[in-house]
Amino acid sequence: MEAINNLISGGVVQDIMFYVFAALTLLCAILVVANPFSRSPVTSAMFLVLTIISMSGLFLLLHAFFLAAVQILVYAGAVMVLFLFVIMLLDLKEEQRRKIKFFGLAAGLVSVSIVAGIFIKSLASIKLTAEPALEGETYVLGKLLFTQYTLPFEIISILLLVAMVGVILLSKKKLE
Amino acid sequence: MHVSLHHYLFVSFMLFSLGLLGVIMRRNLLVIYMSLELMLNAANLALVSFSRFNNKLDGQVLVFFIITVAAAEVAVGLALIVALFRKRQSAHVEDLTSMKL
Amino acid sequence: MKYENLPWLILFLPLLSVAVITLFTLRSKTVSSLISIGAVVTGFVMTLLFINANGFQFSGETSANWLSIGGLQIDFGLKLDALSMMMLLVVTGVGGAIHIYSFGYMHDDESMARFFAFLSLFTFSMLGIVLANNFLMMFIFWELVGVSSYLLIGFWFEKPSAGDAAKKAFVTNRLGDFGFLFGILMVWGLLGSLSFSALQTTLAANPALLGASATLAGLLIFCGAMGKSAQFPLHVWLPDAMEGPTPVSALIHAATMVAAGVYMLCRTLFLFNSESLHLISYIGGFTALLAALMAVQQNDIKRIIAYSTLSQLGYMVMTVGLNGPTPAMFHLTTHAFFKALLFLSAGSVIVGMHHEQDIWQMGNLRKKMPITFLTFTIGTLALCGVPPFSGFYSKDAILTQALAQKSYLLFGVGVFVAALTTFYTFRLFFIVFFGKEKSKAASHAHESPLVMTLPLIALAVFSFAGGFIGITNNYGSQFVNHHEALSMAQQFTEPFNNLFPMACGLGAVAVGLFLAYSLYNNAAADPLPTKLGGLATLMKNKFYFDEFYEATFIRAHDFLAAVADWLDRWILEGAIIGAIRGGTDLSGRALRLAQTGNLQTYAFLFVLGVALLLYFVLGK
Repeated sequence: MEAINNLISGGVVQDIMFYVFAALTLLCAILVVANPFSRSPVTSAMFLVLTIISMSGLFLLLHAFFLAAVQILVYAGAVMVLFLFVIMLLDLKEEQRRKIKFFGLAAGLVSVSIVAGIFIKSLASIKLTAEPALEGETYVLGKLLFTQYTLPFEIISILLLVAMVGVILLSKKKLE
Repeated sequence: MHVSLHHYLFVSFMLFSLGLLGVIMRRNLLVIYMSLELMLNAANLALVSFSRFNNKLDGQVLVFFIITVAAAEVAVGLALIVALFRKRQSAHVEDLTSMKL
Repeated sequence: MKYENLPWLILFLPLLSVAVITLFTLRSKTVSSLISIGAVVTGFVMTLLFINANGFQFSGETSANWLSIGGLQIDFGLKLDALSMMMLLVVTGVGGAIHIYSFGYMHDDESMARFFAFLSLFTFSMLGIVLANNFLMMFIFWELVGVSSYLLIGFWFEKPSAGDAAKKAFVTNRLGDFGFLFGILMVWGLLGSLSFSALQTTLAANPALLGASATLAGLLIFCGAMGKSAQFPLHVWLPDAMEGPTPVSALIHAATMVAAGVYMLCRTLFLFNSESLHLISYIGGFTALLAALMAVQQNDIKRIIAYSTLSQLGYMVMTVGLNGPTPAMFHLTTHAFFKALLFLSAGSVIVGMHHEQDIWQMGNLRKKMPITFLTFTIGTLALCGVPPFSGFYSKDAILTQALAQKSYLLFGVGVFVAALTTFYTFRLFFIVFFGKEKSKAASHAHESPLVMTLPLIALAVFSFAGGFIGITNNYGSQFVNHHEALSMAQQFTEPFNNLFPMACGLGAVAVGLFLAYSLYNNAAADPLPTKLGGLATLMKNKFYFDEFYEATFIRAHDFLAAVADWLDRWILEGAIIGAIRGGTDLSGRALRLAQTGNLQTYAFLFVLGVALLLYFVLGK
């Protein structure tokens, strides 16, 4: 146990693991958005699950253990099941390949370059001095959530309730 | 080279850009929705890394909230897509141009 | 000042009556008219009470702060002195008689309640002019008088001619008021005050204060009087104003409103320098002559009296211009009595003739309408200036004044106009009351009811006795500091102190009377056109003033209006508004292209917006 801990917190292994998880995340994300082999939404959904799982690995590396668990439970579990369920419900046919519109491509590239510009600009202003020290213990997180963030927490629960009611209303066949 | 905040932020940026590309270029509503999820996750990743490197837990609390909101959003959004599909028999953005007169 | 609140009551009672009539009692003719009559008669009684308590030599002001704009302080104040108290008596006294007369005259009219509301509104406004202690307040009431005159001339607005006459009167008056307003602004700009007493004190201390613009300021202020008192060249509205009901003609267009101009001149006499007074006197004299000439060839009973009013107003203005406010106000007061009497008698004739106004349809009415005949005779004698009727005294005072000022031309004009006045008045008198009946209506004419004849008799008494009961004394105290009061007997014989003007006046009367008698006694048609030829046509057509104005000013005005219309239609509406509208339309069309309805376009635009926002938030 001691050895594994050291291995994890030790520099090199951690770095290697970061690169592995990061590469996995990005690769799967590319396959979600643009899969050269399949146009089916189901494939995209499956790769989204993989993206999320590899991301939770990144969360682990960042010592956010609780969030990593939640990520898998909520996203890979609940949300993705919902996606697949809807895909099944809609009975979507395989999307035929269409020509990529010039306008769409240009718009996408412009948007991405804008985001990149902002990214570079803001990275330049980041100054980090402290070494990463935070331990994302579930106990501490829970305490924070139920003391300082009690009100947002309650509001979020109401939001979930509202969403639930709304979804039921929307999914009913006819509104009478 | 030691992994630093910049590395995480770069991953987050790439993820976000991919999501953005998907939203703007794909035509299937469901895939657009998945791309949106990618963008949300990119934001989550950035927040968690900020939290780690700034020594503050608040970022993680925010991520927790984002995940919850995202779940609610997905539920409502998918319900809307289902309702739309029932009416139009299509899940393609090009078929949904009733906003134009 | 005793009974300090009485003047306020006198002023506001008619307004109260307007409010009550229009708000509550419009449905009941009798109640409405009684309220209106009550207001003015109460005002008359209160005026008597006030004068009895304070005496005529009294002078005072009562005021409340009304407006304060920067350095300009304007009071809502009442000025009470001999001038305004005498006018109060005239307005409420003559007004009261006319109110009562109207009760009979308008009895068959559907909208009698409305008539009395207007009449009360007029009384209120007129009292406001009389009592005002500053220019602004006077101007406001001045305009109110204009409005009520407009409403009353156009009272029978179903008749197009009445509506046109109302508009003509209003617009012509506005022309004069425009100058009046400029004059007021000028006085305020130069002297820094609008209150009459303050202005008088300032000017008395430093007469050169108005400087070079004194003449201009005086003439501008005179413009107001020119409009209201219908002086040349703004005289054209008054004869047309006879389209209104006869009591209105009597009250507004003979006794009070048209006298407002003369009153205003007397009130503000201290502002005028000799040059402007000179011009004023000539305008007055010219108006008197012109109107008298026009009157000679008119055939409408009311119009003849209207031109006579114009002529007499010219007399008064001329006298003011001759620096004689006392005789002017004296003549104003007596004129109010006898002209109201003449108008009301004419109204009685018109009612008796079933609304026939052409004198050549009448004749021999003295048998059918004895009371009216009597009162009309008194009015005629007073107007012509036959002693001892009131007109004799006031006209004599005017002629004396002209002679005293060594203005021989105006004296001559005055005498000539006196002869003309006698001529046209007796022409009317002989045609209407003597000779044969010239139509069926004349044979079936009947005397008017008591409610109409009683005011006639009251006015007849004043028309007879107004000259020697001391009116000059009261006005005299206003303008001459060391005026010695004359007893009634002295007053009675006053004209005999200056035999020459009296002789000239009486001679003029005799000539006029002789000519009228020889031409019109038992005449079946007017012999004058054949004798005078073109001159008679000129007179009959009022020297073509209306046509002249039509051809010049109205044409010019129409041209200006057409230009303005063109500018509005093509430049403002077409070019400017069109360009704005077209621009909006075009940009709308252009912007509509951005609305593709495509979700992803919106997403892209959203990204652009967020980028812009972040660009500013993160700093450039």
